[in-house]
Amino acid sequence: MSLVGTLLAHADDNMVLAQRLGEWISKAPELEIDIALANIGLDHLGVARALYTRAAELEGAGRTEDDFAMLRDEREFTNLLLVEQPNGDFAHTIVRQFLFDAYQLLLWEDLAANAEDETLKGVAAKAIKEARYHHRFSSGWMIRLGDGTEESHRRVQAALDQLWRFTDEMFEDGSTAGYRAAWERGVIEVVAEASLEMPTDPYQRTGGRKGLHTEHLGRLLAEMQWLARSHPGATW
Amino acid sequence: MVTATTALWDVAARVVDPEIPVLTIGDLGILRDVDVEEGRVVVTITPTYSGCPAMRRIEDDVRAAFARAGHERVEVRTVLSPAWSTDWITEEGRRKLEEFGIAPPGAEHEVLCPRCRADRPHLVARFGSTACKALMVCSSCGEPFDWFKEL
Repeated sequence: MSLVGTLLAHADDNMVLAQRLGEWISKAPELEIDIALANIGLDHLGVARALYTRAAELEGAGRTEDDFAMLRDEREFTNLLLVEQPNGDFAHTIVRQFLFDAYQLLLWEDLAANAEDETLKGVAAKAIKEARYHHRFSSGWMIRLGDGTEESHRRVQAALDQLWRFTDEMFEDGSTAGYRAAWERGVIEVVAEASLEMPTDPYQRTGGRKGLHTEHLGRLLAEMQWLARSHPGATW
Repeated sequence: MVTATTALWDVAARVVDPEIPVLTIGDLGILRDVDVEEGRVVVTITPTYSGCPAMRRIEDDVRAAFARAGHERVEVRTVLSPAWSTDWITEEGRRKLEEFGIAPPGAEHEVLCPRCRADRPHLVARFGSTACKALMVCSSCGEPFDWFKEL
C-alpha cells in the first residue's frame, strides 16, 4: 500500500469509530460512561484529523482533511469492518472497542518506533499514550461485564461471538500480520479474567481495506456527511 | 532581537487555556516556539490530547493577543512531535492547578485531595470533564475533584 493509502486506512479507522462513539453521547448507561466514550471518540477524531491532513499534504492535489472525511463515498473508505459495526448494546460497544484498542496499542507502538514518515511517527507517539487509557477502560468493562450478572455475562459473550468474525482483517495486511500473536495473547488474558469463552466459530469476513463494506457504513456516512454535502463549504 | 522575541514569547505565553482558565498556555507547556519569519509572527503550539477541541480556540486567542499588541500578521502552527506530556506543565502551573482545586499530575497512588490534603482518594471516572482530567472523590472530606491525569 502507498504511504497515502496507509495513512487513509488508519485515518478512516479512527474517523468511523469516532463517529460511532459520538452516537452514544447523551445515551450511555451512566454519565461517567457517556463522558468516557465521548472522550475516547474525541481522541480517535484527533488522530484521524492529523492523518488526513498528512495524507492531503503528501497527495498534493489540493484536498483537505475535510474533503477526505466528508466528500468520499463508501467505496473509497478503507476502514476495518469492525469499527463500522453498529453500537448495539453497551456490551457490543465495549467488545468492539476492546478488540480494536488491543490492536491499536500494538500498531502505535510499532509505528512510533519504526514509521519512516516523521509525521506518522509523531501521531503514533502521541496516540499510544491515549490508547493505553482506552484499553484500560475497555478491558476494565470487559471484565466487569463478563464477571458481573448473568445478563451482562450473556450479552458480552454474545457480542464477542458476533464481532469475532471481523478480527482477522486487522492482520490481513503484511505490515500488521506480525501483531497477531501478541494481540491474541492479550485478548485471551482479558477474556479469561472476564470468565468468558473465546469464540469458536471460524467464519471470518474481510474487505474493508479494499473498500468493500458491510451495509452499516453507508448509513453512518450518510449521517456524518449530509451537512457538508448539502451545504458545501459551510463553516461556523 | 533577543529582547524582541522574548517580548513576543510573553504575549503568546500569557494566553489562557480556555478549558482551565487558571493556567496560561505557557504554564501548560503547550507553547513550543515563537519566532519572526519574513515580517510575520510564527507561533507553534502542540495539543495536550490528539483531539483537544480547544486548539482552534487557543489559535484564535493567540491571534487576538498579538492583534492587541499591534501585530496583525500572525501564523499559528500546530505540531504533534515531540508528544506533549504532563511533564511539560511548569512548577508554577502545578501550583496554580492545586490552588484552583485540581490535583496536579503525578502517580495515581500519590494524588492528594487539593482541599484537605488527604491521600488515597477514590477514582470515580478515569475520563472527566475534559480529556486531560479524571474525576476523584476525597475519601476523607468527601470533596469531589478533578485530577489532571498523567500522560
